[in-house]
Amino acid sequence: MKELSLNILDIAKNSTRAGASLIEILLVTDEKGFLTMTIRDNGCGMDEETLHRVSDPFYTTRTTRKVGMGLPLLRMACEATGGSLSMTSSVKEDDHGTTLVATFDSTHIDFAPIGDVVSSIVILIAGDPDRDFVFLDKTPDREVALDTRELRAVLGDVSLGEFEVLEWIKAYLYGQYQTES
Amino acid sequence: MISLADLAAIREKMKDKVVIREGSAQTRVVVGMATCGIAAGARPVLNAFVDGVNKEGLSDKITVTQTGCIGICQYEPVVEVYEDGKEKTTYVKLTAEKAEKIIKQHLIGGKVVAEYTIGAIEK
Repeated sequence: MKELSLNILDIAKNSTRAGASLIEILLVTDEKGFLTMTIRDNGCGMDEETLHRVSDPFYTTRTTRKVGMGLPLLRMACEATGGSLSMTSSVKEDDHGTTLVATFDSTHIDFAPIGDVVSSIVILIAGDPDRDFVFLDKTPDREVALDTRELRAVLGDVSLGEFEVLEWIKAYLYGQYQTES
Repeated sequence: MISLADLAAIREKMKDKVVIREGSAQTRVVVGMATCGIAAGARPVLNAFVDGVNKEGLSDKITVTQTGCIGICQYEPVVEVYEDGKEKTTYVKLTAEKAEKIIKQHLIGGKVVAEYTIGAIEK
């Protein structure tokens, strides 16, 4: 993966496949350039055994091929900068879901650029317009945020997946990056 | 800067249109968006199809959707075109530029871009 935003797109799709109705993607960078990426969902969750196996490239739930590279690639990207990846998950009936936390030193020479994260977010919404997404990209200088639940309140029964709506989301996010950076 | 008021205006414009559109699409363009596809460059390909189909005014007839891995990772980015009453077309190793050609020649012109299909690449 050339950009972290591609890892985000890839990993967040696991959350939609887990049946999550809410997926949160949070990027928080502190003054020292330390980036904490959190991807949290309320999907079906994983039991202890599955959770231990998901970072193994030869483990995958899919049947079309025998390897699952998504998490190993993300782990590689963060560990290359001296960061780490951890996951917690719950299958409890009243509190299920998975939280992934990946940390990066964004000043490290091996830090992959974040790239076009707006494009990734818009593709996630377009692919699953019935789910809700929360996105936050926060640094000491600026904050970019989106919560599709707020958009849904405005849109009524018009789908988030309509082209015009997706174009609006794109412009809304790019606008926040431009004015505050 | 664009605001929620602009979104409300979109809603006003769209709310009558939505009902008509449902079920009227006959052609499906399906883009592989699993790890293999994304790593190979499927994101700009998907964007090219979504933009192209909407800008050419084809969204009533053609839907662009995403899918997972279909098992031919070495040929990613892979796009399948399903048309009513026709055989499925599988395009492989696509780029945004190739997507634009497929929109013009195949989706608009009705002629499969043979050189980008899996049949042309498999020996």
